[in-house]
Amino acid sequence: MINWVALKTIVRKECIRIFRIWPQTLLPPAITMSLYFVIFGHVIGSRIGLVDGYNYIQFIAPGLVMMTVILNAYANVSASFFSAKFTHSVQELMVAPVSEWTILLGYTLGGVIRGLVVGAVVLLVASFFTHIPIQHFFSMLAILLISAWLFSLAGFFNALFANTFDDISIIPNFVLTPLTYLGGVFYSIQALPPRWRVVAHFNPILYLMNGFRYGMLGVADVSPWTGLFISLAASIFFAVLCYMLLKRGKGLRT
Amino acid sequence: MSQALTVENLVKVYQSGKMALKGISLAIAEGDFFALLGPNGAGKSTFIGIVSSLVTKTSGTVRVFEHSIDDDILKAKQLIGIVPQEFNFNIFTKTIDVVVTQAGYYGVPYRQAKEQAEHYLQQLGLWEKRNETVRFLSGGMKRRLMIARALVHQPKLLILDEPTAGVDIELRRSLWVYLEKLNQQGLTILLTTHYLEEVEILCKNVAIIDNGEILVEKSVHSLLGDLTGETLILDIDSILPEAPQLEHFTCRLVSPDSIEVDLLEPQTVNNLFTALDAAGIRVLSLRNKFNRLEELFIRLTGHTVVEGIS
Repeated sequence: MINWVALKTIVRKECIRIFRIWPQTLLPPAITMSLYFVIFGHVIGSRIGLVDGYNYIQFIAPGLVMMTVILNAYANVSASFFSAKFTHSVQELMVAPVSEWTILLGYTLGGVIRGLVVGAVVLLVASFFTHIPIQHFFSMLAILLISAWLFSLAGFFNALFANTFDDISIIPNFVLTPLTYLGGVFYSIQALPPRWRVVAHFNPILYLMNGFRYGMLGVADVSPWTGLFISLAASIFFAVLCYMLLKRGKGLRT
Repeated sequence: MSQALTVENLVKVYQSGKMALKGISLAIAEGDFFALLGPNGAGKSTFIGIVSSLVTKTSGTVRVFEHSIDDDILKAKQLIGIVPQEFNFNIFTKTIDVVVTQAGYYGVPYRQAKEQAEHYLQQLGLWEKRNETVRFLSGGMKRRLMIARALVHQPKLLILDEPTAGVDIELRRSLWVYLEKLNQQGLTILLTTHYLEEVEILCKNVAIIDNGEILVEKSVHSLLGDLTGETLILDIDSILPEAPQLEHFTCRLVSPDSIEVDLLEPQTVNNLFTALDAAGIRVLSLRNKFNRLEELFIRLTGHTVVEGIS
């Protein structure tokens, strides 16, 4: 089912790409997050006081890490796979004896790796501004990995359907970014009016964000297990869906 | 000898309703150098696309060294190397990485892939360019890189879709020599080309395809044997006001000092020269109006002009 040499080849190719274009992949999150920590953490955060027992900069750090991981994992796979479609270099893979699962796993592992690398960069940046406590390391790591894989799969799904570069920017700009901001990066949903608190529960990213915050700070607005379950179930759903579309040659074969 | 490629009743109907292949059947023996000839839009690229898994067939069977693309696609793919018509690289990749990565897709471990990549890049004169980004290679280099990439996993069947299109004469001839050498080493080659001279020089067998159907499939030698005549153009040392009247030959005036003569069996060039001599016409030079295969091709497909261009 999995051609391991081919899998390693795809992952290696993806890693080379991530580090070759580091000014596009690694540098922007570091700069953006530094600004977030300076503006929201220091300038504004110093006037907010404690949230759930942590100072504001510590409170927003997990959300910023998770936001970066989600957006970068998605962007990596959607851009890389769509570019391969656009330049027809995806044909190199399609003519080779590489199973659909190998292609899917290879590209999404590339997304996971970029997500984790930029997540680590953001954590490193955060550590310059404040002490970062880690309360439940393994649950933090688990939800980080599964979320990165989930959004890598979603990026792959997007790339399969995309026909232009605009098609791979619509979802991150108009769906993921708003949902991430509304998923409790900068606030606890307990601070929302009751009606909006109910609405916030329909945002799946809320659960991932809080699951990760639980791992780091030991506090969360919703059960961390719900986040883990949602991301796992959604990952399996997207993995099977992408496999079936690849098998049919969606967007790849005429 | 086993069959390298067996195709039976292959049909392709695109979503637009266009029937690109109308039940094609053909067989290519192991070790063959086979040409698939046809005008633009005849179905050649669709055919190659199906064999290489880039196009989904509507019906029919395709077997590569007896491995069906329906039941045993991964094994079938392992045996094929593809050189497509259009460049399909990631242009930001280094030359050597293109070849090494392709080997990896075919399951060749990294260290071995690097050795094999070096071998083929050396053979195709690209080793000096190994660290160059693909976008900085010339058209001819990119063409050679596609051949190195197709060979790196050492396939048993090499499929080339117009490999010498847009390539200068010098490179074209060196590629011919290289392909001929590969074929002599046992590699089966399937080639599509617009250069009929290429088929005449390189190929053992040929199929002519037009409008989704195979019109003829036989050896190049036997196909040329079907030629019952040819048209010669003669440059002469005198100025003629009109075409000369020669017994047994039809002549047309091309220009005052050049005539066109149909040479039909059983007439020979000797007979023609005798007739010209008798008419007091001295020939300075002679050439074929068409390449011999081109003459047959036009006769079989009926295409003499490109439709739609006036």
